[in-house]
Amino acid sequence: MSKFKKKKGGELPAVNTASLPDIVFMLLFFFMVATVMRQNTLMIENKLPQADQIEKLDKKNLVMYIYAGKPSQNYKKQFGDEARIQLNDKFADITDIAAFIAAERASKREEEIPFLTAALKVDSDANMGLVTDIKQELRKVNALKINYTTRKGNALEGLKRR
Amino acid sequence: MAKRSAPEVNAGSMADIAFLLLIFFLVTTTIETDSGLNRKLPPIEEVEPPIIKQKNIFQLEVNRSNQLFLKAAGDDGSVIELKDLRKLTVEFLDNGGGTGPDACQNCQGKKNPQSSDNFQKAIISLQNNRATKYDTYIAVQNEIIAAYNELRNREFKKAFPNEDMNFVEADKKYSDPRTTPREKAKLKDKIEQIKLLVPQKFSEAEPKSN
Repeated sequence: MSKFKKKKGGELPAVNTASLPDIVFMLLFFFMVATVMRQNTLMIENKLPQADQIEKLDKKNLVMYIYAGKPSQNYKKQFGDEARIQLNDKFADITDIAAFIAAERASKREEEIPFLTAALKVDSDANMGLVTDIKQELRKVNALKINYTTRKGNALEGLKRR
Repeated sequence: MAKRSAPEVNAGSMADIAFLLLIFFLVTTTIETDSGLNRKLPPIEEVEPPIIKQKNIFQLEVNRSNQLFLKAAGDDGSVIELKDLRKLTVEFLDNGGGTGPDACQNCQGKKNPQSSDNFQKAIISLQNNRATKYDTYIAVQNEIIAAYNELRNREFKKAFPNEDMNFVEADKKYSDPRTTPREKAKLKDKIEQIKLLVPQKFSEAEPKSN
């Protein structure tokens, strides 16, 4: 029986952690690939309205973002209280949209251009006047696929909470 | 010369460094995708507007204080609540008041001769004021799309009862990248068929500026 006694006295072997970095690296690569960093710093208030008949906006590289809303606290002094358009990282004028669309189109391959969607991320408090101007401008450059980006939720309840 | 062995690099802190990076990417990751209401703008070229019977137009106006004003089905116009809009839209689209060649086979509505003829003829017209709030506009759009989806779901169920899904689910499955091309081709035909049966005829007038 001495055979068994000997084993009992032995200490628990340490778990081999040599493969731990490999595991961690694997996770790391997953998140590196899945990460989409915020491309634009928002300079406006952007509280999206709610809707429930929504469709997902896949293919992120085929989306052109147009932001609109009141300038946020830091920019109020400089740009006032009126809702404005933001393209990329700066405030823009309604006439800049055509150039913005052209630039976006130029950066894509030719066969992708018909699938480009303009996502309008407009603040709930903005007026339709501004949105209509944007839409008119988009029609002029023939960018007809648009998406009103919203949060998921009940549209009617979202209105009441205002 | 004596052969010196290269000193071993201590890799013990490798895991720590990797963890640090991992945490950074974990924090900055946003996996969720944007979603919203997809719409198509009309091309800008001027076409002569076709002549449309007054009874086939669902004339909706949103004024500067976000109130809805509806002119349809022989009504001269009345203020309506947003929560009633979906029901009224379905009623209008589903009316099926047409006779003869305009008769609607699939409509289940009241067949009011003052209201729309059939799905193909019914047009929803939306006009908003420049001072209308954007969230009201989105809510109105949402309700109108919901009304169309309701009818499309019904027609989809009726046309393909053994498919075990409705139009919205079918559309979602169609745009899902995981669906196989064969399934996609099958779904596409069905979706197109329903879209043809219940077309979204939606027109937006230029907003009033006062």
